[in-house]
Amino acid sequence: MTTTPTQDAPSKTRGQRFTSAAANYIDERTSISGAVKELGRKIFPDHWSFMLGEVALYSFVVILLSGTFLTFFFQASMVEVHYEGSYAPLKGIEMSAAMASTLDISFDIRGGLLMRQVHHWAALLFVASIGLHMLRVYFTGAYRKPREINWLIGFVLFILAMAEGFTGYSLPDDLLSGNGLRIIDGMVKGIPVIGTWISYLLFGGEFPGVDIVSRLYILHIMLLPAIIIAAIGVHMLLLIINKHTQFAAPGRTNNNVVGSPIMPVFAAKAGGFFFIVFGVITLIASTFSINPVWVYGPYDPSPVSAGTQPDWYIGFADGALRLVPPGWETEWFGFTWSFNIIAPLVILGLFIAIVAFYPFIEAWVTGDKREHHIADRPRNAPTRTAIGAAGVTFYAVLWAAASSDLIATHFKLSIEGVIHSCQALLIFGPIIAFFLTKRVCIGLQKKDREIALHGYESGRIVRLPHGEYIEVHEQLDEYERWKLVNFTDYKPLMIRPNAEGKITTGQRVRASASRWFFEDRIAPVSQKEIEQSKDGHH
Amino acid sequence: MADDHGDTAGSMAAGKDVAQHSATAHDAGTAVVATDEVPNPGFPPYRPRVTDLDPKVDQQQERRVSALFFVSIIGSVLAVAAYIAFPIEPGNMESVRNNTLYLGLGITLGLLGIGIGAVHWSKSLMEGHDLVEQRHGTRGSEETRAKAIEIFTLGDKESGFGRRTLLRNTLIGALVVSPLPAIVLFRDLAPAEDPVKLLKHTFWEPGMRLTRDPSGTPIKASDLTLGSAFQVIPEGINDSEHRIEEKAKAAVLLVRLKPEDLEISEGRENWSYDGIVAYSKICTHVGCPVALYEQQTHHLLCPCHQSQFDIKREAAVIFGPAKRPLPQLPIAVDSEGYLIAQSDFTEPIGPSFWERKL
Repeated sequence: MTTTPTQDAPSKTRGQRFTSAAANYIDERTSISGAVKELGRKIFPDHWSFMLGEVALYSFVVILLSGTFLTFFFQASMVEVHYEGSYAPLKGIEMSAAMASTLDISFDIRGGLLMRQVHHWAALLFVASIGLHMLRVYFTGAYRKPREINWLIGFVLFILAMAEGFTGYSLPDDLLSGNGLRIIDGMVKGIPVIGTWISYLLFGGEFPGVDIVSRLYILHIMLLPAIIIAAIGVHMLLLIINKHTQFAAPGRTNNNVVGSPIMPVFAAKAGGFFFIVFGVITLIASTFSINPVWVYGPYDPSPVSAGTQPDWYIGFADGALRLVPPGWETEWFGFTWSFNIIAPLVILGLFIAIVAFYPFIEAWVTGDKREHHIADRPRNAPTRTAIGAAGVTFYAVLWAAASSDLIATHFKLSIEGVIHSCQALLIFGPIIAFFLTKRVCIGLQKKDREIALHGYESGRIVRLPHGEYIEVHEQLDEYERWKLVNFTDYKPLMIRPNAEGKITTGQRVRASASRWFFEDRIAPVSQKEIEQSKDGHH
Repeated sequence: MADDHGDTAGSMAAGKDVAQHSATAHDAGTAVVATDEVPNPGFPPYRPRVTDLDPKVDQQQERRVSALFFVSIIGSVLAVAAYIAFPIEPGNMESVRNNTLYLGLGITLGLLGIGIGAVHWSKSLMEGHDLVEQRHGTRGSEETRAKAIEIFTLGDKESGFGRRTLLRNTLIGALVVSPLPAIVLFRDLAPAEDPVKLLKHTFWEPGMRLTRDPSGTPIKASDLTLGSAFQVIPEGINDSEHRIEEKAKAAVLLVRLKPEDLEISEGRENWSYDGIVAYSKICTHVGCPVALYEQQTHHLLCPCHQSQFDIKREAAVIFGPAKRPLPQLPIAVDSEGYLIAQSDFTEPIGPSFWERKL
């Protein structure tokens, strides 16, 4: 590529002359050519799972666009009004201005319902894609050095996305979201010492008060989005600085990035993918209704409909509340201790804390201070993958428990049976998932080893002169084999006395953690083994 | 920045310069440092696409991409047309549906045309060779780090930050204290009254009639047949200043059982009337309305978290995360035969809170 000359060659067309004049104008005022030089041909590796983060980013853009439209019509006020819009069944009913304006957006503004549904579907997709993106990063070990901080930022984004979802869900002040807030209020009140006051301050008095919608609104449209945008900015910046991870493949090393340049291939793919994400969300929003608040009606503390469900990402928290066994509340020193609230809060808090700090825990166990840019195949880190599977199971059981009533009614089971099964699964499920996954991973590793050394079964049966039948094994070519043999292997830590001749407790803990992680291990195939297997081929 | 490795000579080299870039050797921890690794075979030869080989296919793909962009234009125009052609007629739900559907489909076409077209262009027509870029350790170079340290040292020296400890410590102290007013300012998020007092009382007063929710018409004892249940609010609550807040505490469920089915504890003998009992409808778990009444078993089920209460045994918890029974509202009948409250609830209703027993 040649750089833009400052003087126009006479051979250029008018369009080219305009482009170079415009580029020159901008560069002389912004130095933008430096950024283009640095970033324009930056390489992005390709793998389908790398698009999950992109889906999150693009759905966030869709959320911003559709949300901005909604703010022009929504009234974040709990002033009581009589609904006079065009939805007949609710005509004349008393409701808050928030609910009435939501109905107006749905029924009196062209494209309003579409935009509401685009916004809601995009929000559901936003949280879902962040979750899947996190799972991808986790199971491929892409959070290892130098990306631990970016994992933390991503984690914060996940929490903020759920906060955005919940605040937005509560804004229409309909029956369903009102009950959601009622549950939040009940949970907050169960927090020891400060709970009552936190709830009082949050709602501006007694629940539900007249302030909560406008307070959540400012969080929803300003504070949280501002933090999210800033965090996404840092997330992207670190992505550029750290460069993307890549899967092991021939020619790829820990010291290079192989893929497409931003200009033009990646830009076209990613830009096109934004439109695809936007298009698919719009397609879903124009054909499937979501959150039909007019069916629920305005918030009233007395009625509630059976089978109420929160948005999917709040499910795990709701499930945790449901799975507490009866009677977990007591009075000590004249104060009420609501362990039926405290226990779920503590357990969920621990769970997300482990998610946030897992990279640091693993780094401490391995003691590996090198940079890692080759994404692991999940099977090649059996214990990590097993921990992940246990975590996913734990989350999934909580999530399923949030639909315990629907599971009971749909499958004609007793609610008690469903709850008791979920309680048992919550404890035993992750343990079973851990061992099962670890065994499967090790089994797959053994198979990889076998294939790398002895080739794959070709399906061709040959009869030898003496009558024996064998199946011919075909050797992999070196490119295919490379994918199977290139991974990092760890061994358990040997306890050694430190400089003062002592073995510290920290070392002991680390050694036992290390043993737990790496006791069962399959070493990658070495060159010598390959040569041996060639020599002594049967 | 990036080298094209389309030619095989460069590609073979690229895979083998593994060791070159480890400027700073980092501890590998418990990782097994392989001495006998299988060597990286380098990049496989490029497999040309059909569009690389056949100019006809190339042209065909170009037309296809362009057609997709054209479809997008049509979609966007259709969306505008749908906006006009399918207006919303007040009160006509079908018009809302058509407006949403056709407007949405038009926009979808407009977006997907661009998206699929651009991705298809990049995959089939744009240069398809992978490029290689070298990574460099994230850590700054030794010179850069030395310079950064020098800047901090200079900053420290010129300001005296490390030397003048009194200055430094008082500054830190001042910074720590300075957000306090901001925290205090948030006190007035809530009114001045003590929330605990408010939480312990509801709208119910002695002699107040039980009325239907939401109409507010009073209920006679004779209105209740055996096994029936009424959603109840106190008389006059609809005209009260804080209607919803009061209702959130005062909502009651009224049921009539056979008097002999009720297990009544000491001190509550007079709280019911001829098998009619009134219980707070606000769940003692996290405050959802316990709205599902099962006529045969006389169980109340909270639809939010499935706590179950047994009306026959004074709304004791028989299943689920709630701990306490639903508080009972003592009722009686006035001279005209209407049900009235004898008093407010005798304990705080709804979810537990820290100061509940105080």
